[in-house]
Formats: sequence, structure tokens, C-alpha cells
Amino acid sequence: MRGLLSILLLLPVLAHAEAPWRLSEVCPAGFRPEQGRCYLQSLYGEYASLQDSGVGGLKTGLPPLREGFTPQQIDLGRLMFFDPLLSGDGTLACSSCHQPSKGFADGRGLSIGINGQLAHRSAPSLWNVGFLKRLFWDARASSLEEQMEGPLYSPIEMGNSPEQLLKSLNESAAYPPLFKQAFGDSAISLDRIYTAITAFESSLVSLNSRYDLYANGVHEVLSKDEIEGMNVFRSFVARCAECHTPPAFTNQQIAILGTPEPDGHAFDSGVQAVTGDASQRGGFKVPTLRNIEFSAPYMHSGRFETLREAVAFYTGGRGHAVPEGEKLNLHWHIWEPNLTDREVDVLVAFLKTLSDESFMPPLPSAVPSGLRPVIDGKSN
Amino acid sequence: MKNPIRLGLLCLGLLCSMPSLWAADIPVKDGESIQDAVNKASPGDVVLIYPGTYKESVYIDKDNITLRGVVEEGKWPVLEGEGKRNDAILYSGNDFTVEWLTITHYKGNAIMGQSGNNFTIRYNKVIDTGVYGIFPQFGKNGLIEYNVLSGIEDAAIYVGMCDNVDVRHNEVFDNVAGIEIENTRHALVENNYAHDNTAGLLVFITPGLPIKTTFDVILRNNFVVNNNTPNFGAPGSIVSKVPQGIGIVVMAADDVIVEGNIVSGNKTAGIVITDLAFITDISSDPESEPNPDRLVFLDNLMFDNGADPVAEVKALMLTQFSRTGPDILATPGSAQEQDNCIINRERYTSFGVKKWSECERKSTADVLSYRIPGGAPSEPVTATNRTKLLYQGICAGCHAYNMRMIGPPTLAVQALYRNDAQGIADYIGEPHKVRPDYPAMPSQGHLSPELRKEVAEYMLKVTK
Ligand code: HEC
Ligand code: HEC
Ligand code: HEC
Repeated sequence: MRGLLSILLLLPVLAHAEAPWRLSEVCPAGFRPEQGRCYLQSLYGEYASLQDSGVGGLKTGLPPLREGFTPQQIDLGRLMFFDPLLSGDGTLACSSCHQPSKGFADGRGLSIGINGQLAHRSAPSLWNVGFLKRLFWDARASSLEEQMEGPLYSPIEMGNSPEQLLKSLNESAAYPPLFKQAFGDSAISLDRIYTAITAFESSLVSLNSRYDLYANGVHEVLSKDEIEGMNVFRSFVARCAECHTPPAFTNQQIAILGTPEPDGHAFDSGVQAVTGDASQRGGFKVPTLRNIEFSAPYMHSGRFETLREAVAFYTGGRGHAVPEGEKLNLHWHIWEPNLTDREVDVLVAFLKTLSDESFMPPLPSAVPSGLRPVIDGKSN
Repeated sequence: MKNPIRLGLLCLGLLCSMPSLWAADIPVKDGESIQDAVNKASPGDVVLIYPGTYKESVYIDKDNITLRGVVEEGKWPVLEGEGKRNDAILYSGNDFTVEWLTITHYKGNAIMGQSGNNFTIRYNKVIDTGVYGIFPQFGKNGLIEYNVLSGIEDAAIYVGMCDNVDVRHNEVFDNVAGIEIENTRHALVENNYAHDNTAGLLVFITPGLPIKTTFDVILRNNFVVNNNTPNFGAPGSIVSKVPQGIGIVVMAADDVIVEGNIVSGNKTAGIVITDLAFITDISSDPESEPNPDRLVFLDNLMFDNGADPVAEVKALMLTQFSRTGPDILATPGSAQEQDNCIINRERYTSFGVKKWSECERKSTADVLSYRIPGGAPSEPVTATNRTKLLYQGICAGCHAYNMRMIGPPTLAVQALYRNDAQGIADYIGEPHKVRPDYPAMPSQGHLSPELRKEVAEYMLKVTK
């Protein structure tokens, strides 16, 4: 089986052998080079934040970004991200579940992994993921490198193993020279693979939304309703900004909300399953809300189909969706704000001002393995 | 010239600090809208609010704006929330001042800041607003003085996640929490009158917030009297867990100095020093250090505290064969350790302070203020510098002066367009593919035509 697979994989690679791959020599959009490495240039670059926390109000400095990768590393990561060679059976890429046209999520309640298996949670957006210090809904990984070992080797996601991953990349004709361009020699190691994909993920930056223009003094770009929505968002009645704090629209903390699971699904104990701490039962990482309009359905379980439903959750009453018999330490900002329908509407209108995909990376029409790149969930 | 923007902003900052050059008074009369005036205001302007009733929420996302009530023969301007509006005043700008207003009946807060350095909040009367009265958050360098607040179901004055704040000469009563300093450093709480709250003064670390520490806080010369109001905090809120009858609570905060306060008539205890175990039913946060370290308790006048303590305190005191609560209560655990200190301990009734050491520091007279001399840096965005900000923040992420980035070099663009700013403005509103070896440029159509023209003109003038 393995042998057959490598033969299958080899065939298309040979077809590419004549046109050698060149990795990009320029930094991606929004990044300027400094001594060959790429650093973010953004509207927020000159602002400070209290205690360097990266949380605050409109004109507040960002949390630290994973940056300083070379253009070649970022570009190599981009190619691997879309390359199904990275999965155990050559059918899934990262982009199967993190699709550019769906806010780098997949439009599904629960993602589908290898052999059609259902993942346990909903795929989060990857926009601005390089600003996060903890990853996964339950915050169980503390770096992008550590995070990606999850999907790569999970038997229900990409179903690969470290040995096979190294073997298939080494056996492909195109990858070793690309690693040479990115790292100086053609040795392929797990660390280099992780570095390159991390480099690419960190380049998925979205900070030029209409909201960002407003925050930086261009007040006329938001409509009256949108401003009203922003004021509800940061009000101490809705309290959204207390957790989804600008400029990243997450304070990167764990909060217990008591959002519902899809019908028939068991309660997800969230952070408790990672730390064993019962007081954290049902806790999840506060997600960013940037580009949120593209990544429906919402919450860790994908339970809410629309943004309006997700927002309306907060005015359903403290603990209204907590299953009977569950005792959760609900967060103190989860309360009874009694938002009006109009307030929910303008909140949704405001959330849509957080959309900006102007730094969408180029989507590859071919990937080094010669397999068909996975774009928007399909092999093209 | 590593930071051209910062330099530009600095010069403008200098100009802005000479308000006489720029400031205008914008009057608002009864029946008119404060927000309309704020929308018209430029940095340095003062919005003068005349007596009358203003039924609105006001937000200030500009720098260096003052909202000043005009009080005439005892008649005040009143912001009236009618129980249905969210917050009365929401500011994010730097150098913001709000004064001489009466604020009442809002669902959320009376005055709330989200970032915004160098704030001044003074001479306001806040009555029965929903959650907090005055709540600056994420601000550096602020002054809160001469405000009177009552009837608030959480903290009347809540300094949350701030640095360098003075809170003085305020009166807070009939609230759940009088003055709360939370996840904040360098705060001076002085000469306030906190009475008839559930608890008078609170210095906390609350777990689960993005800024984790509270330290370097002085509580000095306050009256903390008769704080025995039954707790009417919202279910689930942190303060709803505070037992009634406490003058001062120090929870998990470090380097707190308590000096010269008059603390009396608080029925559970005069002061409680505790670790995070004080608050139950909240999710634990391994990044919050739970212990109150290095408390310094100098001379304070304490009497008549603990007349009728809550059950937990009663139970503790019974172990000492007493039925009344103490002036000073250090709860079991680290609050009782010797890194805390006290002078003249024999004057007080106490629990748990046996191991406390003698303080070396005897007075805080050397600290006059915790605000930053000259203020915290603030970088006002004005009509003149925002073009530069936009160019540096957006265009320069893809266009360098004389080097290929994702987009072609600015030099090449300048050669192509020469003096045709309008041409650039049109192109960036609706870019089309020009160069086969470059990706497409994303549209900047969300910028108004005027702004596109301004940025275009800027691009043509860039020289490095
Ligand atoms: C089968 C679908 C699937 C594939 C394939 C997949 N992911 Fe994910 N991804 C998910 C799901 C589902 C989650 C959330 C899981 C959780 O939190 O428990 C997730 C979470 C993440 C996160 C965390 C984001 C955050 O905000 O915490 C990152 C980063 C990520 N994936 C990157 C990748 C990369 C890189 C690859 C390829 C190596 C990849 N994913 C492949 C489904 C997938
Ligand atoms: C106490 C902190 C907290 C507050 C307050 C809060 N959120 Fe959330 N938010 C979270 C957490 C945690 C999640 C993830 C919960 C889950 O998956 O079960 C979340 C998820 C969301 C999502 C779905 C994100 C996604 O990628 O699926 C949206 C939309 C959202 N919040 C909007 C809001 C709005 C609007 C408000 C104000 C009305 C608000 N939030 C207030 C913590 C908070
Ligand atoms: C995401 C990267 C990106 C950003 C941000 C960006 N540009 Fe561009 N720009 C490009 C690219 C790529 C091209 C080349 C397009 C082509 O040749 O098809 C370009 C081309 C141009 C041109 C040349 C048009 C022509 O006729 O040849 C101008 C003028 C220009 N940009 C101005 C701007 C201005 C002003 C801004 C800021 C408001 C800006 N750009 C922001 C990427 C960007």
C-alpha cells in the first residue's frame, strides 16, 4: 500500500521536474524586509499597550507577532499548507479544513478528517493566528509548531506519522531543493517543516478593515449603525470588548460561557480535559472576531449557523444553555444584558466591519508534490 | 529616522499641548446633543454642557477633548439614561477630561474608558448607574477626584487594568464596593470618604484578566466608615461574593501600604487581607499569583469594627474565643506570613497577624502622587497626520521606496504618475492588473475619494 502510494505520488512529480520551483524572494503583503527577514508593517506599529499586553482600546499596540521569517520560509510554508502530500493518504492538506474562501475555516460544524471521519470540534479561522500565545479551543498548545503536530498525526485528521511525513517529502523531487532555498541546505527535518508552516500561518494578517481605519482616526468609514454597534460591543452592558478586546479582538484568556453542543453531542469539558482542573470545566479560549463573517458556523462546536445566532447567545440569559446537572463557573461577564433586537442587529453590523482579506496569500495552482493542491476543500 | 511617524506625531503633540493656539469652546444647550458637539470637536476643544437633561450615550474617540458641565446657581447638566441606555460616557482618546456632570440611571457605567492615557475625571455626581460608576480601563496616568457616587451595584470607582492613577477626595456610599483598585499598579487612594457600602476600599487581583498584577498601592488618609450595606451585586459578579461589613479588602495584591485611615463601624472587620481563596466559584487562572505579599500596615485609627461579623468570620474568631470581628483580619494562608508588616500592632484587635514583622518604612510622606510627571506619551491622530499614518500603516506594507516588495517601488510609481495624484487616487479605488510579474493590488475603495487623493499626494512626495 505504502509502496503503491509513493509510486502514485512520484508520477506527477516527474512531470514537474523540468520547471524547478522558485520560492518568493519578497516578503508577503504587509511585511517589510529587514536583513532578509520579514516584519509586519501595520497601522498599529507605533502604538504602545499597557504592560505590553496587546489589549486595550482603539489605538493600542498589538500583541507580539511570530515574525522574522524569511520570504522563502514563508513561501515554502504556503506550498506545504496546500499540499495533500502532508496527509497519510495524500487526500488532505491543512487547507482542507482551513479554506481561504471561508476565513481559513471550513464552513462546517465539525471538520471532516481522513477517511471521512468527524473531528471533535469546529475548525477555527487562521487569520491573525500568529498573534496568539495559546492555540486550539482549549488552549492546549502554546506554539504554532506544537499545534500542528495535532492535525498532522491525529488518526482522524491528517492521519500521518512523523516518519512517513519525512519520507514522503524527502522522496519527492521538488521538496529538498526548496528546503535548500528556505534553510540553506536540503535537509528536511520536522523542525524545518514546522518552522515553514508557522512562517506562513503568521503571515495571515488582517488589520486593514474599516474598523481599523476608524480606530486610526478615519471616522467617516463607519456608518451610523456600525458605530452604534461598536458602542454596544464595548458597552458595559454587552461587554463583548471585555473578552474580545481590541486590537486583536481577543484577550487570549480562558472563559466559561456555557455555549450549547449540537443536539445529541456530549458536553465538551474544554480546558478541564487538558488541565484536570474542575474549576475550568467548559472553559474555552476567547477567539478573535476578526474576519468573523467568513467563518460560520460559530463556537467550538459549530453550533450556531449564523453570526446573529452566535451574538444572540449572549442575551439568552446566564447559563441558559448549560445542560441540567452541569455546574459551571460561568464567567462573571456572562450575565443578563437584555439586548434589544436592534442592538443584536447593530452588533452583527459592527462585527462585519472587522472584515479584511486584503493580504490574502496567493493560492497555488500547483504544489511541489505534484498532487493537486487543495483549494477551498477540493483538490483542484 | 527609524520612526518617521513617531517624530511627526511628537511635533504635533507639542502643538497640541498649547491649547490656547487651537482650543475652541463648543457650547451645548438643553435640547441639543453632546455627541454632535463631540463630533465637531478637534483636539484641544472644550465641550461646554449647560444645565439641562441630556438623554444620550456619548463616545469620544478623539484625543485631548474636554467635556465640561456648566453649573449655574446649583443647576447641573444631567445625563439621564432612563434605565435603558448603556453607558453615559465612553472614551478611548488620550488626554480626556470630564467634569461637572450629573449622571444617572444608565444600564452600564457612568464614565468608562478603554485605553486613553492621561485622563481626568472630576467634580461629577453619579447616582444609581448600573454596573460601575467611574471605570477607566487600560489607561496610563489618570486622576479621579472630587466625585460623589452612590447607589451602584458593583464598584462606584473601579480602576481596572491601569497604571499610575490617583484617586482622591471622592465620596462613595450606598454602593456594593466603594473604590476598587484591580489589576493595577502605582495607585494612590487618598482622602476619600467611603461609607455605607458593602465594602469600602478594595485592592484586588482578579484572575482571568489579561493583565495579571496589582502592586504598589497606597491607601492613605481615607475615612472608611460603616460599610454594612447588604450585598446587592448582580448574581455571578465578583463583588457579589464580598461579605458585607468590611472596611478594606486586600486580595492577592502586593506591596499595598495602608496608612492614616480612619476605619470604624464596619461590622465584619476593619481590614481583611486574603489570598484568592476568598472568592469562590470562579475558574482558576494559573497565571494569577494568588498571595498578598509585603503588605505594610502603618498607623491607622481603627475602632468599633467587627460588631456583628458574617458567619465565616465569626467561626474564625471563635477559635480565639471572641464573638466579634477584628480590626485586622489576615485569613489563614500567606496573608499571615512575615513578609507582611505592621507597626503598633497592640492597638488593634486582630486575627492572624502574629507572624507579621515590624515595618521598616514608617511613612509614605515621600509619595505625593503616582501620576507620571509630564504625562504618559500620547500620540494624537489629527486630520494632518492621519494621511501619513495611513500611508505608513497600509501602503508601506507593500510599497517600499526603491525596492521591490509585494508591490512595485514607490519610486517607480512616482515616475509613472509624476504629478497625477488623482490618477493614483482613482487607481487604488479600483485597481486593475498592470504588471504580469506582480500580484493584483487589493482595492482601497473603502477610503473616501478625498482620503485616497490625500494618500496619493503623500505617495508622490515620499523621498525615502
Ligand atoms: C481535518 C480538518 C483539519 C485539518 C486537516 C487541519 N486542521 Fe487545523 N484545526 C482543525 C480543528 C477542528 C481545529 C480545532 C481543534 C481544537 O481546538 O480542538 C483546528 C485548529 C487549528 C489551529 C488553532 C487555531 C486557534 O485559534 O487556536 C491551527 C493554528 C491550525 N488548526 C492549523 C492547522 C495546520 C497548520 C494544519 C496542517 C498541518 C491543519 N490545521 C490541519 C481542523 C483541521
Ligand atoms: C466572558 C468572555 C466573553 C464575552 C463577554 C463575550 N465573549 Fe464571545 N466568545 C468567548 C468565548 C470563550 C468564545 C468561544 C466559546 C465556545 O466556543 O464555546 C466566544 C465566541 C464568540 C463568537 C464565535 C467565534 C467563532 O470563531 O466561532 C462570537 C461571534 C462572539 N463570541 C461574539 C461575542 C459578542 C458579540 C459578545 C458581546 C455580546 C461576546 N462575544 C462577549 C468569550 C466572550
Ligand atoms: C497588499 C499589498 C498592497 C497594498 C497594501 C498597497 N498596494 Fe499598491 N500595489 C500593489 C501591487 C501588487 C501593485 C502592482 C499591481 C499590478 O501591477 O498589477 C500595486 C500598484 C500600485 C500602484 C501602481 C498602479 C499602476 O498604474 O501601475 C499605485 C499607484 C499604488 N499601488 C498605490 C498604492 C497606495 C497609495 C496604497 C495605500 C493606500 C497601496 N498602493 C497599497 C500592492 C499593494
